[in-house]
Amino acid sequence: MSTTAVTSPIDEVKTTPWAGGRSPFSVEYGKMMMWFFLLSDAFTFSSLLIAYGALRFSATAWPAADKIFQSVPGLIEHGAPLVFVGIMTFILIVSSVTMVLGVEAGHRGARKEVAGWLIVTVIFGFMFLGCQALEWNHLFHEGFGWGKIPHDLKEFFSENVTPSATYTQQFANLFFTITGFHGFHVFTGLIINIVILINVLAGTYDRRGTYGMVEKVGLYWHFVDLVWVFVFTFFYLV
Amino acid sequence: MSDIKHTELHEEHAEHDTMTRKKIWQVFFVLLGITAIEFLIALVMVPKGIISINIANPVYIVLTLAKAFYIVAYFMHLKFEKVGLMYSILVPTLFIIGLILVLTNESHHWVDLR
Repeated sequence: MSTTAVTSPIDEVKTTPWAGGRSPFSVEYGKMMMWFFLLSDAFTFSSLLIAYGALRFSATAWPAADKIFQSVPGLIEHGAPLVFVGIMTFILIVSSVTMVLGVEAGHRGARKEVAGWLIVTVIFGFMFLGCQALEWNHLFHEGFGWGKIPHDLKEFFSENVTPSATYTQQFANLFFTITGFHGFHVFTGLIINIVILINVLAGTYDRRGTYGMVEKVGLYWHFVDLVWVFVFTFFYLV
Repeated sequence: MSDIKHTELHEEHAEHDTMTRKKIWQVFFVLLGITAIEFLIALVMVPKGIISINIANPVYIVLTLAKAFYIVAYFMHLKFEKVGLMYSILVPTLFIIGLILVLTNESHHWVDLR
């Protein structure tokens, strides 16, 4: 047999991205799946928020955000519109930054630094949840809830708008549902972050040779921040 | 098998070198700046009548989309991934844009039915 036989094209081993044997996007399986899960979750949150938008802009009256959200629970009772939600947004954005700093430290294999940044991220996450709980508690005290609205609605509508019980109830139901669903995501994100933090401290990822797990939960955490940015815009600003 | 995994990791490391600590803080300040502008519009410009609410609303949405772009591209690293992954994620979100347009249209019709 000739030793310089040319292999026919059908017998050549292909190494193009989609030829098999490796991830076509050059990402590990878990990361790709996390991205697709986040895409599906984006659809869920978008459906909820778009439903809110459709109901709100087809309503003949709608409570004014800066009339409902004008307190800092525990500190200021009235007259501070959007201050508290501003603090909450800031907390979550900072926690996103600390998360990405942790991921960056993971690329350098700096175990203690990763742990440090993850701890800060978790603390900020709990602060956000605490703030959300305070906000909910404040609204419950004012009389809002699933299926409940305050007696006197005048103070929650702009001056020249006739208050409406129906639309106030729709607002309350949607507010608690959407922020509750988001808060649930923050909570599960925190649980996951804590589990990963424990693994970081235990040296699991040093043994494995990669901090990819930190990156994957980082993606989830950024998604949570991203959703909040949209919730904040649609409930408090628009 | 282990060769493939090592190559993947090496490729990932090479791509990730593009997001330095300095860049991370820069993106943070961009996000902070955009949020500050949104608050400025909401708390100062709209109440004082400098900008009408009908102009402010689309401005909020544009600014929020800008924030979303920065978070997804830099913090979630999508800008530095293989372009195929980027399209796999971003193209389906066009459905969301579609839903927004459809329901905005519907809600204008519902107003007349109220």
